[in-house]
Amino acid sequence: MNIHEYQGKELFRSAGVKVQDGVHCKSVEEALTAYDSLGSKVVAVKSQIHAGGRGKGNLYCPDSGDLLMEGGVKIAFSKDEVKEYSENILGHILVTKQTGPEGKLVSNLYVEAGCEIEHEYYLALLVDREAKAVLIMASTEGGMDIEEVAENTPEAIHKIWVDPSAGLLGFQKRNLGMALGLSGTALKDFFGMIGKLYDVFTSNDCSMVEINPLVRTKSDEMIALDAKVGFDENASFRHKKWDEMRDLSEEEPTETRANEAGLSYVKLDGDIGCLVNGAGLAMATMDVIKLYGGEPANFLDIGGGANEEKVQEAFEIILEDPNVKGILVNIFGGIQRCDIVAKAVLSVSENMGLEVPLVIRLSGTMFEEGRAIIDASDLDCTSVETLAEGAEAIVGLIGGE
Amino acid sequence: MAIWIQEDSKLLIQGITGSQGTFHGEKMVEYGTDVVGGVTPGKGGQTVQLADRNVPVFDGMIEAVEKTDADATVIYVPPPFAGEAIMEAADAFDRVKGEGVIVCITEGIPTLDMVKAVAYVNDRPGIRLIGPNCPGIITPGANGGCKIGIMPGHIHAKGRIGVVSKSGTLTYEAVAQTMSIGEGQSTCIGIGGDPVNGTGFIDCLSAFESDPQTVAVVMIGEIGGTAEEDAAEWAAVNMSKPIVGFVAGSTAPPGKRMGHAGAIISGGKGTAAEKFAAFEAAGIHIARDPSEIGAVLKVALEKAGLL
Repeated sequence: MNIHEYQGKELFRSAGVKVQDGVHCKSVEEALTAYDSLGSKVVAVKSQIHAGGRGKGNLYCPDSGDLLMEGGVKIAFSKDEVKEYSENILGHILVTKQTGPEGKLVSNLYVEAGCEIEHEYYLALLVDREAKAVLIMASTEGGMDIEEVAENTPEAIHKIWVDPSAGLLGFQKRNLGMALGLSGTALKDFFGMIGKLYDVFTSNDCSMVEINPLVRTKSDEMIALDAKVGFDENASFRHKKWDEMRDLSEEEPTETRANEAGLSYVKLDGDIGCLVNGAGLAMATMDVIKLYGGEPANFLDIGGGANEEKVQEAFEIILEDPNVKGILVNIFGGIQRCDIVAKAVLSVSENMGLEVPLVIRLSGTMFEEGRAIIDASDLDCTSVETLAEGAEAIVGLIGGE
Repeated sequence: MAIWIQEDSKLLIQGITGSQGTFHGEKMVEYGTDVVGGVTPGKGGQTVQLADRNVPVFDGMIEAVEKTDADATVIYVPPPFAGEAIMEAADAFDRVKGEGVIVCITEGIPTLDMVKAVAYVNDRPGIRLIGPNCPGIITPGANGGCKIGIMPGHIHAKGRIGVVSKSGTLTYEAVAQTMSIGEGQSTCIGIGGDPVNGTGFIDCLSAFESDPQTVAVVMIGEIGGTAEEDAAEWAAVNMSKPIVGFVAGSTAPPGKRMGHAGAIISGGKGTAAEKFAAFEAAGIHIARDPSEIGAVLKVALEKAGLL
């Protein structure tokens, strides 16, 4: 789960990590009031969406599709400019490298006091899955795409790994700061800052904290000018406040609904709906559909031991996608019983009516019972024994290659 | 000789009185696993009926290992408590026997809990952690065998193919594929789909390489991280036995978590294409479709003069 920059900065502020004064706004009027209250002649007017690349993105009118403004983050030197920029941002579509061509509707704005920048750095905290430890990564090349820096000048990226039992140690913080060429007040500031950021990371169960740029001001202060914060969803049980921070408009509604039903669903662009048990098998099912010339409409894992209700819900979610022209059910029962899936398929077809071709592959636990249920019914479907047969059949039925 | 778990290994169940613990406890006993007891804090002194066996419940792992001399434990504890359950098991095996295998089935453990738990386990060299978020490990026997986890026992048979996989149901698919060409399995291990886990691909490959019962390995990866690439590089130098590899997620879009917490392509890294390429470069026999694993394995066995 990701949060907005303004929320991330709130976390930073309460942990003592230096950020500029700023105000979260939802309207142009609020933005103008914010400008007055900040008492800074120069302010940054920043679109709040979860995707990165906002500065280099473009804003479009959702109705006409016209380009309104280049850049989703603007520096305003007057109240008039604040008005102009916030009008161009709020209620419009921001397209960045990370949003895809459809972009994101911007309904939140952050107006932040400007500061005099001497140098821009990059700083990130994340879990390094290979080292199985928290990794703190910093670079002197701030404000740039970090993947490009990693590609072109890997020596500019400095890393430290935190031993989970020892915690983040003083020498590590010092070494990282010195590797960035910091000294004096700035080094001291940096030292304190990454200690606090590590606390933010661990106490909030973050999956990612990225500050790009982290800046050194002309007065040698270190300030987090950006805040990209993601939380580890697995830890939601111990962070009740995440519910309030969650911006559902940033999430695909069907994915949210599936999540609530205990299903794992990701919408894709194709036309073959997939209903599978297990994440790996669900991915493999998509891959094999593609291999046979089809395009999967979704990733859907019903998990282990799903009951009839849950399988029905999964079917409904697939059928709601207007692009779906056919469905492939692929079950290899471990905990999951095939007969339960078979019964759910039947009741869905009775209740909702299935107007698209259906191919069913049942294997594993109680597959004979499952197949018998399907065979005994008058359900119009194709029953197959392997995943490859299933993919071939469904692609053929919807008139693919 | 299989790896890590033998046909007669003695098993404890952490969370034995919970619905998952009891349900799968029964399935494991039915398969032939020697379940010798379980742990649920506060329920020590009770017993649980698992199929035809009545097993004792203990309050803690130290007592359980002392009283039963168990070789392994399987964890069905809910996510908020699973990280600590792993550490309790590691502590008990380390203190009492100096060795033990911990299999954690639980899905949804916070990543930072796993960072702590894995470091704790790694500090105790005799202790092996498998999982979390995995189907477990199974060593099929001539009659029954030892099944630790949630996989359907009946699809397996004792044999000479080692199976290692990040995914649950895809492991079953791989097992069915070995059976389709008349081959059984030495040991099958699901290492789990979480970003931070215990035993990895290389640990498994290395153990299969030294296991006399295993002649070839099927390895199933998925998108995310670089574990498959690292394993391929290691295998190119260290494995003499043939490997058949498949990677799930060729069609997964970047930046989207595909069910498993670890299955995500981030920053352009961890794609299936890269992993397949690494497999190919390491001389691993590739199946592009899991339904082909059997056929590819057959070719690999023939080439190695094993058929």
